[in-house]
Amino acid sequence: MRKVALTGFGLTEFNKKDIAIDSLMFSAVKSLFENIPNLSQKDVDVVLTSTNDNTKYLSSIVSEISGIAPKISHSVESLCNSGANSVISAFSYIASGLADVALVIGAERFDSPGLVLEWDISRGQYKHPIYWSSMFTKSHVRKYGTTKEDLAIVSAKNHKHALDNPYAYFKKTYSVDEVMHSKNLTEDIRLLDCSLPCSGSAAILLASEEVMKKLTDTPVWITGIGQRTLSAGFTKHEELASMESTIDAASMAYKMAKKEPDDIDVAEVHDAFSICEIIEVEDLGFAKKGKGNEFVRTLYETQDRRINPRGGLIGAGHPLGATGIAQIVEIGQQLQGKAGKRQVSQANVGLVQNMSAAATSSSVLVLQS
Amino acid sequence: MTKFEEQLKEGEFVCSECQKCKKLVWPPNDYCNRCFGEVKWRPISRIGKLVEFSKKDETVFCIAEFENEIRVMGSLECNVVPVISQALKLVKCSYNGHEKFVFQLK
Repeated sequence: MRKVALTGFGLTEFNKKDIAIDSLMFSAVKSLFENIPNLSQKDVDVVLTSTNDNTKYLSSIVSEISGIAPKISHSVESLCNSGANSVISAFSYIASGLADVALVIGAERFDSPGLVLEWDISRGQYKHPIYWSSMFTKSHVRKYGTTKEDLAIVSAKNHKHALDNPYAYFKKTYSVDEVMHSKNLTEDIRLLDCSLPCSGSAAILLASEEVMKKLTDTPVWITGIGQRTLSAGFTKHEELASMESTIDAASMAYKMAKKEPDDIDVAEVHDAFSICEIIEVEDLGFAKKGKGNEFVRTLYETQDRRINPRGGLIGAGHPLGATGIAQIVEIGQQLQGKAGKRQVSQANVGLVQNMSAAATSSSVLVLQS
Repeated sequence: MTKFEEQLKEGEFVCSECQKCKKLVWPPNDYCNRCFGEVKWRPISRIGKLVEFSKKDETVFCIAEFENEIRVMGSLECNVVPVISQALKLVKCSYNGHEKFVFQLK
């Protein structure tokens, strides 16, 4: 298997603007080409698009309007973890030798059809994501004594981090008290415990080792990949205070990268809701089971940015198809030492966790400078 | 409409059971997801247990489990704070483009 490097990226601001999906994607592509001066359209032999938008033939449309005639071109959709899925597909094309340079573009509009999984009849009349997250939250509260304040700390922390992310949707901090007193959506979820659907795009360029040398002096290597889809139905979860697909995906990614949780210097995790970050830091091995709440509290109190330095989904916004790619871009910048005010010191090994549909499916990547 | 939706519209809660290996296929489908055998639709016991619950405004919503394996979300009519694993019954199910389940504590 050939080595695969992240060699550059492009981002657009996450907001609520009414922009066509192909225009959103084009903006990220334009930004990426501006960031990689030595890259020409002729170099790109894979174009993948990640979105839940219903527009057909999107990867070909984006290739056309970007002046690219790729060998391989298609869309990838897997609800909220479309982004990581598409990067893993691109990785595979390069690692296998089928391609040398892959451009992956993720985007979503604020009115995405990917917000609710209509197929899942086991959710009855409770299909909106606030209901599964309420079940996860109540279960963690019951088993491990997690409090409303613990949940609010996740949101306060990630909004604070987002303030230093010029592309984030939120440009405002909230105190723990303000989060706790934001509107009750359910008994267990406050409005500010939720990530917000929005418009936005992110693009990433992957390259083989040989071609990478022409494009960047600071490559970041994808050294570990794990993915698991356990089901499509939320109620198949035996355990509600855990994400089994994440545990499985992380185990595979750590094994492939020959790394342990303690080796991870910085991580982007899928905080679709506050409870998700608390469960994920446990299931990724950063905290003991049931101690994710204390772990996150310590990060907040010590102003330690190593989890969700760009603000996570809660602070940065959640344009579904762009999210996984924006997470990978952040870890890429951190490992290049180019994250500006968000920089985590001595970041050499990073991790991205992206999941979909109540963690019925998860993707985990380990990256190294 | 699927067979499941047709039955739900009539107030019946059914599931697909494999004729060959007897597995209950949930969420339901026309073929078994273990052996690809053909399924028969049969009523599911309406007595189950509470797995987890929360509340939106004044309505309790929950995950209920039937026949020790079929889990489904619905609203829970109750005047007391429920207890996990407490017995409950399915008192109403319907379909009008969307599935709806209503439970009561037993």
